[in-house]
Amino acid sequence: MTSVVATNQTILVVGGGIAGMTAALEAAETGKRVVLVEKNPWLGGRTAQLYRYFPKMCHPTCGLEINLRRLKANPNVQVLTLAEVTGISGQKGDYTVTVRLKPRYVNEKCTACGDCAQAVATEIPDAFNYGLGKVKAAYLPHSMAYPMRYVLDPAIIGTPEAEAARAACKYGAIDLDQKEEVVSLKAGAIIWATGWRPYDAAKITPYRYGEFPNVITNVEFERLADPHGPTGGRILRPSDGREAKNIAFIQCAGSRDENHLRHCSRFCCMGSLKQTHYVQEKYGDEGKSTIYYIDIRAIDRFEDFYAKVRANPNVTFIKSKVARISQDKDGNPVCWGVNTEGYKRYANTHDLVVLAVGMEPEVKGVDIPAEVMSDSSGFIMADPLNGAIFGAGCATNALDVNRAVQSATAAALRAVQVVNQIARAEA
Amino acid sequence: MSDKKHAAYICAGCGLGERLDIAALEAVAKKEGKMQIVRTHPFLCSEEGVAMIRADIESEGVTHAAICACSRRAKTEAFNFPTTAIARGNLREGVIWVRPDTEEARETTQEMAEDYVRMACAEVKAMTQPAGNPNTGMNKTLLVVGGGISGMTAALEASKAGYKVVLVEKTGSLGGWAARLHRRVPTREPFKSPEDTGVADMLAAIEADPNIKVYLNATIAKTSGAPGRFKVDIAVESGPTVTEDIGAIVQATGFTLYDAGKLPHLGYGKSPHVVDQAGLEALARAANGGPIKRADGKEVKSVVFVQCAGQRDASGEHLPYCSGHCCNTSIKQAIYFKDANPDVDAVVLYTDLRTPGNGEDFYRAAQNRGVIFSKGVVSEVVPAGDGLSVKFHDLILDDRNAQIEADLVVLATGMVPNSGVNIDSLTAPQVEGQEAPAEGEVKPVSILNLTYRQGPDIPQFKWGFTDSHFICFPYETRRTAIYAAGPVRRPMDIAQAIEDATGAAMKAIQAMENAGLGRAAHPRSGDLSFPTARLEGCTQCKRCTVECPFGAIDEDEKRYPVFNESRCRRCGTCMGACPVRVISFENYSVNTVGAQIKAVNIPDEFENKPRILILACENDAYPALDMAALNRNCYSAYVRAIPVRCLGSVNTIWITDALNSGYDGVMLMGCKHGEDYQCHFVKGSELGRYRMSKVYDTLKGMNLEPERVLDLEVAITDLHTLPRKIDDYVAKIQQIGPSPFKGF
Repeated sequence: MTSVVATNQTILVVGGGIAGMTAALEAAETGKRVVLVEKNPWLGGRTAQLYRYFPKMCHPTCGLEINLRRLKANPNVQVLTLAEVTGISGQKGDYTVTVRLKPRYVNEKCTACGDCAQAVATEIPDAFNYGLGKVKAAYLPHSMAYPMRYVLDPAIIGTPEAEAARAACKYGAIDLDQKEEVVSLKAGAIIWATGWRPYDAAKITPYRYGEFPNVITNVEFERLADPHGPTGGRILRPSDGREAKNIAFIQCAGSRDENHLRHCSRFCCMGSLKQTHYVQEKYGDEGKSTIYYIDIRAIDRFEDFYAKVRANPNVTFIKSKVARISQDKDGNPVCWGVNTEGYKRYANTHDLVVLAVGMEPEVKGVDIPAEVMSDSSGFIMADPLNGAIFGAGCATNALDVNRAVQSATAAALRAVQVVNQIARAEA
Repeated sequence: MSDKKHAAYICAGCGLGERLDIAALEAVAKKEGKMQIVRTHPFLCSEEGVAMIRADIESEGVTHAAICACSRRAKTEAFNFPTTAIARGNLREGVIWVRPDTEEARETTQEMAEDYVRMACAEVKAMTQPAGNPNTGMNKTLLVVGGGISGMTAALEASKAGYKVVLVEKTGSLGGWAARLHRRVPTREPFKSPEDTGVADMLAAIEADPNIKVYLNATIAKTSGAPGRFKVDIAVESGPTVTEDIGAIVQATGFTLYDAGKLPHLGYGKSPHVVDQAGLEALARAANGGPIKRADGKEVKSVVFVQCAGQRDASGEHLPYCSGHCCNTSIKQAIYFKDANPDVDAVVLYTDLRTPGNGEDFYRAAQNRGVIFSKGVVSEVVPAGDGLSVKFHDLILDDRNAQIEADLVVLATGMVPNSGVNIDSLTAPQVEGQEAPAEGEVKPVSILNLTYRQGPDIPQFKWGFTDSHFICFPYETRRTAIYAAGPVRRPMDIAQAIEDATGAAMKAIQAMENAGLGRAAHPRSGDLSFPTARLEGCTQCKRCTVECPFGAIDEDEKRYPVFNESRCRRCGTCMGACPVRVISFENYSVNTVGAQIKAVNIPDEFENKPRILILACENDAYPALDMAALNRNCYSAYVRAIPVRCLGSVNTIWITDALNSGYDGVMLMGCKHGEDYQCHFVKGSELGRYRMSKVYDTLKGMNLEPERVLDLEVAITDLHTLPRKIDDYVAKIQQIGPSPFKGF
């Protein structure tokens, strides 16, 4: 049975991506007790699945390493993975929260030695790589996974393979008797930092995502470019494994569109500008990128990054919302539309199309088991009715990493204000 | 010294027992490592293994433990003994996981493991457990400089958390730019109409808040001290200077609008009917919801908004950046006109309309009200008749001679940060022939007037903004416990400024709390170690005071360094800089690393087993090595890796000692430096590399090939390429041949 130490002066943080980790750490490093709940078996969220950040082209895992070191060094934070909040009752300063914990089937004795994976043959889609590759059903989610422990996928539980994995573990770390459990804990304030999900590209029917193998999304493209990804960092076409050198980026795929996401997702212009660097990095002058856009939103000090990409002769900008995509006999996607600068029609053939899909809040359509106000896009809206439940990061707005961290730091203070009030009242 | 007790614990789990001769490792720890207690456990991180160590700490009085098992990054929860000095011998990720399991490799793999045991024993003996910073300041009052939206927010939010605040505003009233606005861009559903600025509510809240002390018409005359014990002199106009005791500082000094007078081609100054966005707010306030009138009293029937006026300018003449808020602000102002009179023609000329997030709803709301948005680049605004003629390149029709007439033109000029003195320019050498500042140009005045050795204000990043360079850590200014917030940090709108100021207040509160406990701030948060200097050996060379990336070290009258521990981030750059090696941390010193270097067994030149020292940045290069191991990417058995806090902390003595004692080569692995630096101690890797460039002179003096020291830029993602680079380097060293210093 998992035991959680929490009181009404504890801050509960829901979501262990960069916003949740930041909120948890900022509060904990101010001396507050924090419980951090994450539904994946690992922390880091979607930033851990990025190859590089704009505009510095640095690696998100570098910051993740610092945040993990902060976490390991801080006794104030208790992390619950494979955990989801199922109920919230009470009010500001006095919440009772129930959390459902799914079994990992691997306990804290795990040393990450990997012997269990050797004993298992079944493969499952690799969630960390957005399903672009496969992993064993006994797997370490990624090289910087925290907790650094293997996971057994429910697919093999109850099969001889699970037994084989258990037998292979010399340390008694595999516990096939683990059951789903529900724990209840107290919290004075709650930070809701459940982040975002990529908009479902299949809903943008003219783009034929899911039907044409060489139409992929921006988050998938990150995994293709990453040396840790399924292709070892080679940009290969899903249809035939050929190198994709002529790549289209379609902006506002779902965003700024009342039929899909009414808001602008903010990060996708910079994201695609960044991804043209990947093409340049891999192929030099042989790599060609075309960006189809409505407005390039390289907001505030990112302008110089945009200017540099603009100056790259291997990158073409076309002001146009692509009307539809077709596929030629060689499996090449063809983009159709009108360049609004001068009203010129085009039908351009590419090796690969990357849809710059927008950001949909993960809370949209999800019942937070408490009264929390949200706007028409589904983002959490600050409101006195929310009590001491504070949104943070991309649960509150379409933000880039930098702004998500800012938002999370602010949310940490709002939660600290509540627990400090309780502490003063009880002193 | 007699109360020290050293123990080594060797793990035989995770294949260590099968791959290595554990008895031999024990013997090494005992005889060479001189450990008083040596124990092996088949599964050291298990409850029983940990209990065994704990029992020795409690009953045997073990004070120093060398844990020879996995990497220091692994099993941190298990091997957590807060009162005991711990060194980790990395036998798993450092040895067996990077070596092939073959008979042929067995001997060199064992040698590697034995060296890591020697190194862990040597390191732990040279360590002391940090006692914490005795020089703590317990003051927990927050100083907020600047009384605009950002500053007022920081003050109110800190007060709500129970902290006292001193709020200093240079003008005679609070409110800043926001107080001059008619309305603000909406922050709430349905994002369709401008909303109240909220300034009046904030003013009332501050008025009513006993935690907040406000100084108006006041500036900071002097800031001395350190986090938790700042002394701040506040100069109040027509009054005596007041000194306040302060724990941390939020600088929210905002922005100035870019001078539209520099845009005469856009008609500013030539016609009173060309205004900037602030000018339009003034007209809207005067109209107070009624029809907006020009300076000459005529009701405006047509208005053109020129976006990016003097912004996003590639020529270098005006602002190169985008100010982020101006598209939404022009939309808001166009709506002022449409809401007062729907028949007004309002046109926004833009190149990229930038309304992120729900700004998109606001944009649509303006379109629905009949505001015209047109993609075009304005070349000229000239008086025409009673009004103005706007000439532009229509990008949609590709018409270079497009033209619109308007009663009023609004220029969306950008934000210029009020960031004080650019301290980097203070130290930059004067370039001959460089023009002196033009007459009438205002020289920047310091905002904080810090008494720090490294200058009176916080360092600037780009274009005068005091932003952090770190994506993951937007609040990392380079002066501990001093945080910038609002548009001085980065161009931003009101909603963002409120969020930003709240976050900055959080960081400032955290910094005060940790200063009081003697704990380091980010990125080594919680670290209790701090640098001390044996001043009797100091030659007053000032390298430590100059090189400290965080301005932590001042100089006394005799030019000796004065360490301000609570300003220090514990990177060790001062330690690396010191030519006489008098600076050290309790648990990280010239000696803790030097002892490891010396502990390695150097085979003689006939054995053909080179020894190569790796000094690896603990944040990026060392994890990359670890992850290479996790993926079983093998590399040479001839290297010995030591993690360092930062390349900046590498003292050249380590390199010369290594080469003198017969190492054949040294690899330095640090983060990227330069414009897009990735060093989390800002300047550490750059300074480290600069110092290393001097090592080549030393090599020459020793008659050694320059290839014997390799400076390698490593990113945390290099887990596939790094092993190859190591092997290539080893091959190169073997080609050069053994060091002539072996056996001396």
